[in-house]
Amino acid sequence: MNLLEVRNLKTYFSTTKGMLKAVDDVSFHLESGQALGLVGESGCGKTTSALSIARLLPKEGRIVGGEIFLDGHDVLLDSENELRKRRWRDVSIIFQGAMNALNPVLTVGEQIAEAIVLHERLSKEEALKKSQELLDLVEIPKERYKRYPHEFSGGMKQRAMIAMALACDPKLIIGDEPTTALDVMIQAQILNLLERLRRERSMGMILITHDLSILGETCDHIAVMYAGKIVETGTVTDIFEHARHPYTDRLIRCFPNIHGKKAIPEGIEGYPPNLLDPPAGCRFHPRCEYAFDRCRVEEPLTRHVGGEHTVACHLVEETR
Amino acid sequence: MDKKRIAKKLVYAFITIFFVLLFNFFLFRVLPGDIVSMLSRGGKATPEMLANIRKMYGLDLPWYQQFFVYLKNLSAGDLGVSFMYKKPVLDVIGARILPTVVLLGVAEIFAILIGIVFGIVSAWKRGKALDTGLLSTSLLLYSMPTFWLGMMLILIFCVYLKVLPISGMVTPGRLFVDQWAQLQDILRHMILPMICLTLGMIGEYAITMRSTVIDVLSEDYITTAKAKGFSDGYVLRRHAMPNAMLPMITLIAINLGMIVGGAIQVETVFSWPGLGSLMYNALVNRDYPLLQGVFLLSTVAVVFANFLSDILYEMVDPRVRSMGG
Amino acid sequence: MREFLDQVKANKMALTGTIVLAFFVLTAIIGPFFFPFDVMEFGNVEDILQPPGPGHILGTDDMGRDVLGYLIAGSRVSLLVGALATLLCMVIGTVIGIVAGYSGKAVDNILMRITDFFLVIPWLPLMMVLAAILGTSIWNIILVIGVTSWAGTARVVRAQTLSVRERQFVERTVSIGAGSGHIMLYHILPNVFPLVFASTILVAAAAITSETTLSFLGMGDPAHASWGMMLHYAFETGATSTGAWWYFLPPGICVVAVVLAFTLMGYAFDEILNPKLKER
Repeated sequence: MNLLEVRNLKTYFSTTKGMLKAVDDVSFHLESGQALGLVGESGCGKTTSALSIARLLPKEGRIVGGEIFLDGHDVLLDSENELRKRRWRDVSIIFQGAMNALNPVLTVGEQIAEAIVLHERLSKEEALKKSQELLDLVEIPKERYKRYPHEFSGGMKQRAMIAMALACDPKLIIGDEPTTALDVMIQAQILNLLERLRRERSMGMILITHDLSILGETCDHIAVMYAGKIVETGTVTDIFEHARHPYTDRLIRCFPNIHGKKAIPEGIEGYPPNLLDPPAGCRFHPRCEYAFDRCRVEEPLTRHVGGEHTVACHLVEETR
Repeated sequence: MDKKRIAKKLVYAFITIFFVLLFNFFLFRVLPGDIVSMLSRGGKATPEMLANIRKMYGLDLPWYQQFFVYLKNLSAGDLGVSFMYKKPVLDVIGARILPTVVLLGVAEIFAILIGIVFGIVSAWKRGKALDTGLLSTSLLLYSMPTFWLGMMLILIFCVYLKVLPISGMVTPGRLFVDQWAQLQDILRHMILPMICLTLGMIGEYAITMRSTVIDVLSEDYITTAKAKGFSDGYVLRRHAMPNAMLPMITLIAINLGMIVGGAIQVETVFSWPGLGSLMYNALVNRDYPLLQGVFLLSTVAVVFANFLSDILYEMVDPRVRSMGG
Repeated sequence: MREFLDQVKANKMALTGTIVLAFFVLTAIIGPFFFPFDVMEFGNVEDILQPPGPGHILGTDDMGRDVLGYLIAGSRVSLLVGALATLLCMVIGTVIGIVAGYSGKAVDNILMRITDFFLVIPWLPLMMVLAAILGTSIWNIILVIGVTSWAGTARVVRAQTLSVRERQFVERTVSIGAGSGHIMLYHILPNVFPLVFASTILVAAAAITSETTLSFLGMGDPAHASWGMMLHYAFETGATSTGAWWYFLPPGICVVAVVLAFTLMGYAFDEILNPKLKER
């Protein structure tokens, strides 16, 4: 059984201008101990998918359809109370830019410990001790637990957030752009750390990013999102070496290859569509160089193209 | 390091007060007609008397010497003599401090508490009917001149409903059985001016608190706290409030300057015998020594209040606390 | 700029505020032709403090004059004084803010100490004292309000100037050899302007409140009837204790309406300029 199974998830936002279809019929899964990379441009719905799984949507957002199974149990059916009891133990989140994810007026130790006190029924002293161990785990000196977030550097703050996310031994950890605001060296450190911890604890992990290049080393599978839909999924090899969807292909070509020719990476023309009123048919067709008539009217269904590789594109159907 | 910073701020506060004194001194020297010409207008003073008075007030000295005389007198507690009351200004002020402090103190506390609650509820229920209602009320109260609010309250409660006394602190000419009865009389007189002052201040607190809390609630650490499984109440109390209160401390300090203005209006409308109405009377009667004295006191009080709130802020915000540490 | 105006139009608060304000300005301009009023004239003795009735929609004042006429005449004075005081205040505040922010070091320090000084001193006592010294003519009132209210604006403008100064194009302009005055006027000022505009609205609200309060406390100009003066006379002649609500309710309501209009506009601009306050 999969650790996480998302089926036909639809999350919409009610805005003053209408209904924003942020996540529109999205399906993917994750096995225990594996890492899934969720990648796409800003606004494609990856963060919303993550927030939907954790059921942390802002009040304008609502899950209007689909199922989310965590260890076989549909979390969308849980009441708020039932959810709360399992929070942080089932799923924990590391937000992008830990600059604001840590409360400036509480010590780091207190913030890690409070979750432990809530869920593990330890006393405050015991929880603080455990938080020190967690800091040690992420290579932060133990004594720092008494310090405030502003006394930590950017990389350290992110590591503190990881320690905090591990506090209740979660089954699934979601990292929403955990390295975006950091410089490249620290990025590598953080990613390696996450990798190591994940393997040691057999946690499931979803790594959300717009930067495809960081997923190569850390993830087993990748799901590519565009305009609220999943356009391609597969193993890392499938995606990087056998991309079938035009968008994925362009995305990969956006990142310079050390081994390839020296060339300025090509961007993708156009802009992501307005999710209040997405284009008819395939959502990528206005920017796709291979688009033909069918693309403009009919939405492509997801097709398997071997192993764990799936693609949602009319081109794929044609050549099968 | 902490003490050094406090000392530095204290010095700065004293420097500010020094300039206030200087400012005060010059302000009243610029007056059209000094004390001598005022007294000589009555026609009863002889030239010798005038010369004596001049000497007594040091008006024959150059201005910087006059300033030192002023400072010397000040440190001895001599703020001059009131024209109206013919008593030392310090005594006149002294008798009126308590009514004002009581009125201001209680009103400020209520206004802060109510304002904070309004602000939090408004921010939490943002966009819903409750928020609109509270925000509109706050905006309305904020836009009303405090004295006009007082006049309306008098109209409703004193003229139409006839439940509360119109003015003063005590009912004139009444004898009381005991202290308790007298206290009750005072309290009856205090209700309306206090409500007026409180309502006048709620607006700004509520509106600012609402903005601050909205800002704070949009931060990632709030979502993280919710993600950990804490109830809304806990998240609000433990994570949102401490952050939201920080700017409020600054606001409360700034408002102390405003509260003097509010007190003047309320005390005048309700004839509450405090420093506010004293200033008003001094102004109307051009009692310059008294005016100068009250002005000085109110300004110094605000400077110190700002200083205290500055210290308080330092103690409370960990980011500021450790800087320089 | 276009998007800014669009947002203003869509924002109900800003719209309401603008409409209310327009209404009052219009009445102030053309009202006196329909309801003439002279504050120096006396009315009929029999008509003193009469409640609303035929001939006088809002009743009469303590001198037997028509309250509605008084109200309209008062709107002219209140709005004009408010506008001029605001103008003075904004000019002082903006100039000081830009000069302080741009010059830096000693000049900045001195100007900011002075600004802080004015921020600390309680406004009403200061205004009262200044009015006592200078006299209560209408120009003095404008001067007093303008000269005591600029500190907040100066602070805000200075902060904005500091951030604008750091921007690349200012560096480039300096390297071309442009003089400070030129830079401050043609480069800093236009970029600081939206903030100045938003600040102006809030200052206007405060200016009108200040004039009303000062007049109420007896420091207004008797030759120019403002809403504050109406309230002053209403209070002095005992309209409150005798329940002559038609005398003091209307001017108060007008003040509240105008100040509220400005506050709503100012608040709406705050929402537009501060993305976090915006509703999605």
